[in-house]
Amino acid sequence: MTARYSIFSLVKNALSYHENWQQAWHSPEPKKQYDAVIVGGGGHGLVTAYYLAKEHGLRNIAVIERGWLGGGNTGRNTTIVRSNYMWDQSAALYEHSLKLWENMTRELNFNVMFSQRSVLNLAHTLNEVRITKRRINSNRLNGIDSEWLEPEDVKREVPIIDLRGGGRYPVMGGSIQRRAGTARHDAVAWGYARACSEMGVDIIQQCAVEGFDIEGGQVTGVRTSKGHIKTNKVGLVVAGHCGVLANMAGFKLPVNSRPLQALVSEPVKPIVHNVVMAGAVHAYISQSDKGELVIGAGTDAYNGYSQWGSNPVTEDTLAAICELYPLFKRMRMLRQWGGVVDTCPDASPIIGLSPVKGMYLNCGWGTGGFKATPGSGHIFADTVANNRPHPIAAPFALDRFRTGFLIDEHAAAGVAH
Amino acid sequence: MLRIPCPYCGERTENEFSYGGEAHKVRPERPEEVSDAQWADYLFLQKNTKGTFYERWVHTYGCRRWFNVVRDTLTNEVHGSYKMGEEPPKVDEKTYV
Ligand SMILES: Cc1cc2nc3c(=O)[nH]c(=O)nc-3n(C[C@H](O)[C@H](O)[C@H](O)COP(=O)(O)OP(=O)(O)OC[C@H]3O[C@@H](n4cnc5c(N)ncnc54)[C@H](O)[C@@H]3O)c2cc1C
Ligand SMILES: [Zn+2]
Repeated sequence: MTARYSIFSLVKNALSYHENWQQAWHSPEPKKQYDAVIVGGGGHGLVTAYYLAKEHGLRNIAVIERGWLGGGNTGRNTTIVRSNYMWDQSAALYEHSLKLWENMTRELNFNVMFSQRSVLNLAHTLNEVRITKRRINSNRLNGIDSEWLEPEDVKREVPIIDLRGGGRYPVMGGSIQRRAGTARHDAVAWGYARACSEMGVDIIQQCAVEGFDIEGGQVTGVRTSKGHIKTNKVGLVVAGHCGVLANMAGFKLPVNSRPLQALVSEPVKPIVHNVVMAGAVHAYISQSDKGELVIGAGTDAYNGYSQWGSNPVTEDTLAAICELYPLFKRMRMLRQWGGVVDTCPDASPIIGLSPVKGMYLNCGWGTGGFKATPGSGHIFADTVANNRPHPIAAPFALDRFRTGFLIDEHAAAGVAH
Repeated sequence: MLRIPCPYCGERTENEFSYGGEAHKVRPERPEEVSDAQWADYLFLQKNTKGTFYERWVHTYGCRRWFNVVRDTLTNEVHGSYKMGEEPPKVDEKTYV
């Protein structure tokens, strides 16, 4: 039985110098056979296992992670959570998620530090003003909170901003979603891992999937660096590596993998209380509870699996940040890193069945899947358990690239995390 | 920062170039005659290789010509470049899990 976290457990463990905390999850050796195997121990994979166990009664399941839990994009992102996407299909998906975020800490008994500090999306050009207003209207029709801000409202929200943008990036207004915000990314992975483990899900780290057994078009097993596992259900939730695993299974995906980078500055006193995004210039900031500015940059212009990203991209982002927030010019950056993101042509994910029977896809989240973590896992578990797409997942099927029913959030909502 | 050897101008830094994705994809002669699946394959499906990758680049801020590059997408090592229509250089192909 996993002990509950509370003020009492905190006090009790303080008395023994925090040396006796129970492990949050078990690390068993893989069994010979599972009813379902989830490949990828990021947020989406863990949530999938969580709901498979909790809502679909599958307990003999495993999450297989090559590195460590949340060591992929889950632990590398800038943690922006919002649901103000434009198209109906996306609105349904991301709003479903946002609702689950609002109760996540309580549900998991694990503080994921979900902070609804609001997200601003700045508009720098006339075209952006128009598309932003159109998106706000579409958000509202879908019951998603979204408001237009005039430049002076932006200034009131973010007093340190230079509305002239140094002359180069004038702020012509923006949208705000007040229910949006940030969360503690690795806590999300740890919280779900703990809840999974408690329900008997095997969480296996340091174990790479290296191939699949496929008989007559049906998956029958997974070959891993820790041996062979029999299973008839496999969920692929490996983000930037979806192409590599699809290749093992003998099909191709409409995905290009590219490094996306982020940076954090030295810590300073509280200075920005919301998340401020500027899609046109690829500069996003928020401030962590430790006081660091968390800055998101753009993706590399070319495919890559290196987890660092290219210098010109960092340079462009920092240049834009300095124009928008002149007082940050003297700020020093502490760390920079990258994650390999799985970008789709329409900037929407792929959730559903694959060309191989018993194998299911959850990928293509690209630069923006953290916000979708709980909702994605929820509808994907339903898809995996019932061998048909959940209604929210249905429009995001791989087949849309054949039928032409793309969900183009690139053009609609602008590229953003 | 990649250093890309343009076959016409020599080695320059990556920000002089633009990317054209996977090389050696052949556009169907008669798009109106292929099936939707074949067309989707041409338009959208990607090898997305982790390892030795053949890709197209254009020297936007230079000679403005298209050419191909062989690069390792994990290590970013550039093995060489070749003109459109030429055979790629022989390299020790690698893929990673
Ligand atoms: C710098 C950066 C900033 C971002 N900012 C935001 C943001 O602000 N808001 C937002 O919503 N999204 C953001 N994203 C996107 C978001 O991080 C991802 O979409 C999301 O976290 C993907 O979660 P996941 O669980 O699908 O993938 P991951 O967390 O990457 O998990 C996939 C796992 O699969 C494992 N794996 C790979 N191959 C194998 C194998 N062969 N065998 C076993 N395991 C394997 C990997 O090790 C990895 O742990 C950002 C991404 C980056 C990189
Ligand atoms: Zn040239």
